[in-house]
Amino acid sequence: MSKYKNLRLFNGKMSLLIDRKAAFIYTTLAIIAFVVFVISTGLGEMKINPLTVVKVLLGLGPEMETLVITSFRLPRIIVALTVGISLAIAGAILQGMVRNPLASPEVLGISGGAAVAVVGFMSIFSDQNHSLTVSIAWLPLAAFIGASVVGVLVYFLSWKNGVSPIRLVLIGIGISSLMQAFTTFLMVTGPIYQASQANIWITGSVYGSNWTNVVILVPGAVILIILAILATRLLNIQELGDDVATGLGDNVQKHRFLLLMLSTALIGISVAFAGTIGFVGLMAPHMARRLVGSSFEALIPTSAFIGGILVMLADLIGRTVFSPLEVPAGVFTAGIGAPYFIYLLFKTKNS
Amino acid sequence: MLLKRTSYKWIGLFVTFLLMFGFMCASVIFGYADTTWRTAIDSFTHYNGSNEHIIIQKVRIPRALIAAAVGASLAIAGVLMQTLTKNPLASPGIFGINAGAGFAVVVAMTIFSVHNMQSFNVLAFLGAALAAFSVFIIGSFGREGLTPMKLTLAGAAISAMFASFTQGLLVLDEALLDQVLFWLAGSVAGRNLETLISVIPYMTIAWLGAIFISGKMNIFAMGEDVAKGLGLNTGFIKIAIGVLVILLAGSSVAVAGPIGFVGIIVPHLARAIVGMDHRWVIPMAGVLGAILLLAADIAARYIVMPSEVPVGVMTAAIGTPFFIYIARRGFNAR
Repeated sequence: MSKYKNLRLFNGKMSLLIDRKAAFIYTTLAIIAFVVFVISTGLGEMKINPLTVVKVLLGLGPEMETLVITSFRLPRIIVALTVGISLAIAGAILQGMVRNPLASPEVLGISGGAAVAVVGFMSIFSDQNHSLTVSIAWLPLAAFIGASVVGVLVYFLSWKNGVSPIRLVLIGIGISSLMQAFTTFLMVTGPIYQASQANIWITGSVYGSNWTNVVILVPGAVILIILAILATRLLNIQELGDDVATGLGDNVQKHRFLLLMLSTALIGISVAFAGTIGFVGLMAPHMARRLVGSSFEALIPTSAFIGGILVMLADLIGRTVFSPLEVPAGVFTAGIGAPYFIYLLFKTKNS
Repeated sequence: MLLKRTSYKWIGLFVTFLLMFGFMCASVIFGYADTTWRTAIDSFTHYNGSNEHIIIQKVRIPRALIAAAVGASLAIAGVLMQTLTKNPLASPGIFGINAGAGFAVVVAMTIFSVHNMQSFNVLAFLGAALAAFSVFIIGSFGREGLTPMKLTLAGAAISAMFASFTQGLLVLDEALLDQVLFWLAGSVAGRNLETLISVIPYMTIAWLGAIFISGKMNIFAMGEDVAKGLGLNTGFIKIAIGVLVILLAGSSVAVAGPIGFVGIIVPHLARAIVGMDHRWVIPMAGVLGAILLLAADIAARYIVMPSEVPVGVMTAAIGTPFFIYIARRGFNAR
C-alpha cells in the first residue's frame, strides 16, 4: 500500500493527493472536535449529560434540554466551531503565501479593518438615544467590507514590481496600527455605551450568537473552505518561492492575489460574527505542521479541526470557569497564543 | 544629510530649537477658547483670574510642556532602540512597550484599585521595563540580532497580546473603560503640571545620559565586533541603552499614555538632517520629536472641534504613511 492515495476528478482536471497517515490524523482530530462539541454543549449553567446531548442532536431528547440546547447553546457553539475552522484555514493560507510561519490574520491588519468598520457602523447608524437606526443584521456585512477593503489596500500598497511577502507583512503591520488608532478614535468620540459594546466585540466573543447568524455564516464558510481545499495546489507551489514557482509556470502574482482574497474572505466572515479572536490563525497551522508536515493537502484540514477545537475550548472556559462573568474567548486564545508565538520566534532563531 | 558642516549643524539645531519654542507658544494660544498673544503675556504679568488666564496657566502651558517633553523622550528612545537593534523600524510602539505599559496600568486599576498618579508612574515603568528587557534580549541575540521582519512580527504579536488582555479586563469592568479609554489612546490633554514634575527628573537624566553616551554609540553602530576591537565595552553600552529606554519610554507612557510612531519617524528625519553622528542625531531628534508632538497636538484640537482627537491617533495617522514608505524602500538603503 503506497503512502499516498491519488484522487482524480473530472478527467484529471482536478486532482488531490491524500496522505494516508495525515488522513488518519485529521479523522482523529475530527472525532476529538465532535467530542469537544458535545461536551461543550452539555456544560453551562444547566449541566446536561453528553448522552442526552447526542439524543437532542438526533431529535430524541427531553423537551427542557432540547429547548436549552437548540435555542441557546447550539448556535453559539456552531459559530465558535465555524469561526475557529475559518480562522485556522485563513492562517494556513497566509503562512504558505507569505512563506513565513509567523504571519497571521491580525498581523496583516485585516481583522483591524473589520474592527474599524464595525465601530464606525455603530457610530454612524445610531440616533440620539444611541439605538441603532438600521438592523443589526447589517453589521456582519460592514465587517466583511472592512476586512476586504484593508486586504486589498495592503496588497496594493505592497505592490512594487509584484508583491513580496516581506513588504506585505510589514505594510500590514503599519496598516493594522493605523486601524487600531481609528478604532480608538471612534470609541473616544462616541458615547461610552457604544464604546463598551464595541470593546466586547473587538476582544472577540461568540456571546449572543443565534440561528440567524448560523444560517448566514455556515454556508458562506463552507463555500470558502471548499475553495481553500481546491487552492491547496497553488499553495504548495507558492511555498517553493517566487523563482521556482515562476519556473514551474505558475502565475505567482495572480495566484498570490487570489489566495490573499480567499483568506481575507475567511477572516472577514469570522470577524463579522465573532469579533477579532486572535492568534488562532497563527497557532493552529503550526500545531498542524507538527502533526502532518507542511504539505497543504494535509495541513488545511488538520489545522481547520485544531482551530475549531481551540475556539470551542476558549469559549467553554470563558463562559464556565468565571461564571457568572463571561470572559471573551479572544482573551484565552491570546493568552495561549502569544507565549506560543514567542516560543516559535526563539526556536526559528536557533535553527 | 542636509547639513554637512559643523557650523551649519549648530545653526540648524538652533533654528529647530527656535521652531520648537514657536510651536510651544502656538500650543498655548490656539484652541477652543480663543486667546491671543496679549492674553497669554498678561496672564503672567497681570494675572486677574479670568477664564482665559486660568485656561492658559492651568491647561495650556502644562499641556505644551508635556507634549514637548514626551515628544523629545519618545524620539530619543527611538534613536537608542534603532541603534541598539540595528533596525530602522525599532521604536517603543513597535516593540510593544506602549501596549505593555498600558496593560500594567489597567491591571493596577482593575485588580489592585490603584488610582493615584505616583503609582501610575511606577507601574508604567514596570511595564516598560518588561518590554525593554525583551528588546535587550532580542537585540543581543546572535551576531546580527533578529531580522527586521521577525522583530516587527514579534512586536506586533506582543502588542496584540497585551491589547487583547487589556480589552478583556475592560470588558469585565465597564465603568473603568470610560476612565482609561482616553488615556489608552494616548493624549497630552487634561494633565496638570504635577504629573510632569513627577517624571521630569527621570526624563532629564535620560536625555543627558543619551547625549553622554552618544560618542560611544557611534562606535557601537559600526557593529559589535568592530566596536569590541576598538576597545568599547559593548555589554555596558547595551545595558546603558536599555536603562535609558526604560526611563524615557516609561515616563512618557506614564504621563501621556501610549503614543506611537514618534519614535519611528523622528530618528529618520534627524538622520536625514544631520547625518549618522549620534552626537548630533540625539539632540536633533529630541527637538524634532518635541515639534512633531506639539504640532500633532495642536492639529488634534481642530479636527473634530469642539471635542478632541487623542494625539496618539494623530501621530498614527501621520506616521503610518511614513512607516509604509520605509517598509517599501526596504532595509538596505538606510
